[in-house]
Amino acid sequence: MAGSNIVNESRRRFLKHGIGAGAGLTLGVYLPVATAQRAAAGPGKAGGEVIASSDFSPNAFVRIAGDGSVTVIVKHIEFGQGTYTGLPTLVAEELDAAWEQVRVEAAPADASRYNNLFWGSSQGTGGSTALANSYQQLRQAGATARQMLVAAAAQAWGIPAAQITVRQGVIEHADSKRRGGFGEFAALAATLPVPEDVELKTPDRFVYIGKPLPRKDSPEKTDGSAIYTQDIKLPGMLTALVAHPPRFGASVRSFDAARAKAIRGVADVVAIPSGVAVLAQDFWSAKKGRDALTVEWDEGEAFKRGTDEIMAQYRELARRPGTVARHDGDANSALASAHTSLAADYEFPYLAHAAMEPMNCVVKVNAESCEIWNGAQLQTGDQYAVATLLGLPPEQVKINTLFAGGSFGRRANPQSDYVVEAVSVAQAIDGRVPVKLVWTREDDTRAGYYRPMYFHRLQAGLDNQGKLVAWQHRIVGQSIIAGTPFESALVKDGIDATSVEGASNLPYAIPNVAVDLHSPTNPVPVQWWRSVGSTHTAFSIETFIDQLAAAADRDPVEFRREMLSEHPRHLGVMNLAADKAGWGKPMTPGRARGIAVHESFNSFVAQVAEITRGDGGSFTVDRIICAVDCGVAVNPDVIRAQMEGGIGYGLSAALAGTITLKDGIVEQGNFDSYPVLRINQMPAVEVHIVESDAPPTGVGEPGTPVVAPAVANALAAATGSRYYRLPLEIGSSGRPPA
Amino acid sequence: MISISVNGSVHELDVEPDMPLLWALRDVIGLTGTKFGCGKSLCGACTVHLDGRPVRSCILPVAAATGKRITTIEGIDSPAAKAVREAWLALDVVQCGYCQSGQIMAAAALLTADRDPSDADIDAAMAGNICRCATYVRIRKAIKQAARSLAGGA
Ligand code: FES
Ligand code: FES
Repeated sequence: MAGSNIVNESRRRFLKHGIGAGAGLTLGVYLPVATAQRAAAGPGKAGGEVIASSDFSPNAFVRIAGDGSVTVIVKHIEFGQGTYTGLPTLVAEELDAAWEQVRVEAAPADASRYNNLFWGSSQGTGGSTALANSYQQLRQAGATARQMLVAAAAQAWGIPAAQITVRQGVIEHADSKRRGGFGEFAALAATLPVPEDVELKTPDRFVYIGKPLPRKDSPEKTDGSAIYTQDIKLPGMLTALVAHPPRFGASVRSFDAARAKAIRGVADVVAIPSGVAVLAQDFWSAKKGRDALTVEWDEGEAFKRGTDEIMAQYRELARRPGTVARHDGDANSALASAHTSLAADYEFPYLAHAAMEPMNCVVKVNAESCEIWNGAQLQTGDQYAVATLLGLPPEQVKINTLFAGGSFGRRANPQSDYVVEAVSVAQAIDGRVPVKLVWTREDDTRAGYYRPMYFHRLQAGLDNQGKLVAWQHRIVGQSIIAGTPFESALVKDGIDATSVEGASNLPYAIPNVAVDLHSPTNPVPVQWWRSVGSTHTAFSIETFIDQLAAAADRDPVEFRREMLSEHPRHLGVMNLAADKAGWGKPMTPGRARGIAVHESFNSFVAQVAEITRGDGGSFTVDRIICAVDCGVAVNPDVIRAQMEGGIGYGLSAALAGTITLKDGIVEQGNFDSYPVLRINQMPAVEVHIVESDAPPTGVGEPGTPVVAPAVANALAAATGSRYYRLPLEIGSSGRPPA
Repeated sequence: MISISVNGSVHELDVEPDMPLLWALRDVIGLTGTKFGCGKSLCGACTVHLDGRPVRSCILPVAAATGKRITTIEGIDSPAAKAVREAWLALDVVQCGYCQSGQIMAAAALLTADRDPSDADIDAAMAGNICRCATYVRIRKAIKQAARSLAGGA
C-alpha cells in the first residue's frame, strides 16, 4: 500500500531495552490520513466531511503475546453498536487469526495514534464512522502483523516465506509438516523490520468479513461482569449527586447544607459552576443528602419560556425565507405555475437521548494530572475541556474508555458537560479523593442537550402529468453545531449541515428545488441524537412525498422509483424492501403498509411498515421490513442488530418521545413522564442486506430515521389522514396542510 | 446491622434500613452486575430474585430483604437461567448490555414459572424491562429458544 509507514513498536522497545520473557509483537501502523480517507470513504461523501487533515498519524492496534493471544486495541467506544466485534474482525481477517484467540482492549485517549480518520486529528466516535474509517487501517495492521509472523517462521524454519500458510491462527509449512501458533513466533517477529508493502486480501479470500462472527462482548454482558462507569469504585471514592438549577441559565445564589450534612454518609457539600454537589459514601446517602439540601437559585438569566411559545416563534419565522441551503432552478415560479400544489407544516419536539445508563463519570484529580473513567465518546474533546478547566496539558488527562450503557449521541457532548461537572466536583474538594458523579434518571432527562425542536414548511407542485416539478423545503430550528468546536468545520455560509442533512441532498429528480434554513437561538442546550438531522428531515420528506403520490394518484413506490433513476442505491433498497414486503398485495381490512427510503451517513435504508388499526385511536406496528445497503457487510448479524435497534429507537420517539417546557421547566423526568418503547410495542423486524462491494459505511444510525415516516405512511393508508407531527397521535393527526 | 443473604452468602451491613437493596448490593457489597436505570421501578435494570421471584431492587428497602434468599445476576445458576444465558449468547442479544442483567433475571423468572410462554406471555412478563437499544426482537427469540432447550431437557 503506497504511502504507508509502519513502525514496529516492540522492535523499538527491543532496541532500547531488549526483550524480556513473554515479550510479544506490537505493531504501530503509521497510515497517512489522506490515503485512508480515500480508501475508506469510497464514493460516498464521508471523505468530504473531514474536519481537518494532518499528514501522518501513528496508530498502534495489534499486540500478539507469547501465549498466542491477539489483542486488538480498539480506538472507538463500544456502546452497543458492535465496534468491539467489527474492528477486531478486520484485524483477524488479514491476520488469519482464530476468532477465539482475539481479545479486545480499549485504546487510551491519544489522538496522535487513535484519531478517527474521518475527523482529522481528533479521537472520537460518531456519525456511524467507526467501522468505515477503520476498514483499511485495521486490515493493514492485521496484514502487516501476519507478514511479520510469517517472516519469523520462515527464518526459524529456514524455508522461504512463500511456502508458509496461515489459517485460523496456525502457521504451517505443508512440505515439512511443521506448524506453530502465533505465540511461538511473536518474540522473533518483534525483532524483524516492518514490511514496506503488505497486500490486503481480495474479497473472495475473506474468511470472516461477511460472516456473522459472535460478538466479543456478549459473555461479560450476560453474566454481570461487564464494567461500566457506574460500576467503578476506587479507594476512598465518594459518590456525588448535583442539585442542578430548575431552569436553563439559572445559577446558585446561596445554599444551606446543614440538613444535608446531617444525613449519615454525607461527606461534603460544595458549590460548583453547574449547581451544588453533595458527596457521600454511596449513592443512597448522596441522594438523601441532596433531597435535604436547600438551594436558592438566581434566576435573573433563566430561560422562562415554554415549548409552545418556541414553536409559535418558529412557525412565524417560517413565513420568511431563510438562508439558502440548496437552489436548483426556480422553485417559486414553478410552484406558482404548477397544475396542483400542496403544502404542509411539520412539527418536531425536543427529544432526550435517555440512554439506559444515566450520565456519570469517575475522576481522580491531582496537581499534575487527571484520570477519568468514562464511557467516553469524544476523547479528544473531553481531554481539552478538562485540561482547560484544570490548567493542564491535554495529554495529562488520562481517559479510561469504558463500556457505555448506550449514548445515542449524548456522551459526545461538545461541551463535555457531565465530564466537566465531575471534574469540577473533584476540583472543589481539592482532589482529596476520587469522585464518581452520578445523575439520576431525572437529572439525565432534565439536563438538556436535546435533539432540537424543528418546524418544517414544505410546498410542492405537480404538473398536469402528475410529475413533481417544484419543491420548497423550509427548516426552522436551533443549530446543534453553532458555538461548539465543530462550528468551523460544519457550519458553512450560515448553514449548519446537520440541520439540513437529508433535505439539502434530496435525492428525487425534481427540476426546481429550494431548501432554506432558519437557525434561531435559545438557551435550551441541544445536541446530536441518533441520526441527527435525518430524525426530522426523513419524516417530513418521506411523508410529504407519499401525500404527493396520492395527490398524483400514483402508487408511492412507483412515484418514488421514477424520480430515483439517478440513485441506484436508494432504488436498490426500496425495491428490495417493497419486494420482500409483498408491496401491492392486498391486506386484510384494518391493516396497511407504508414505505420510506432515506440515505444517512452514506448508508441507504428503506423500510416498509405494516400496521393494524385498533379500536378508537389505537394502532399497532406489526412488522417492519427493512432493506439496507451499507457497502461490504462486515458482520451481517451486527448490521441486523443495528437495524432492529435503530428501528426500535426511532419508533420509540415516533410513538411517544417528547420533551416539553413550561415556564422554562422541563416537564418530564423519569420513564413515567418520558415513556420509551417497551417489548410489547416492538414490531417484528425483518432485515435484508443488499450485497455490495462498496467500502463499508455505518449502521448505528441509518436505521433510525426511516421508521417514523414508514409508519406514518401506513397510518395514512389506513386512516386517510396525514400525520404532520411527532410523536404520532392517531386521531389527532396534526395540523391540516397550510 | 442488617443481615441479608445474597447468592448464598450472608452479609452484615451497617447501613440505614431504608437504603434500597440495589445500593446495598452495588455500593456496599460490591456486586455491580445489578444496574441502576431509573430508581422508580420503571425500567427493570435492577431486577433481582427474592426467594426466586423477580423484584425491583431499586425500591425494595434492604431491611425488607432480611430473611429472604436474594439472587443476583452474578449468582443465578438455575436450569432456566442457564438456558436463558445460552440462548442470549447464541443469538447475540446484547447491544450496550446495560439492561441485560435485568432482562436475564426477568426471563429466567418467567421460564421458571412458565416453561412454554407465548408471545403475549413474554410481552407481559418482560414489559417492565426497558431496553433502550431495543434488543426486544432477540429477547423474544431467545426466550423461546431457551424454552425449547428446557423442554428438550438440555
Ligand atoms: S432501576 Fe429499578 S426499575 Fe429501574
Ligand atoms: S442492551 Fe442497551 S439498553 Fe438493553
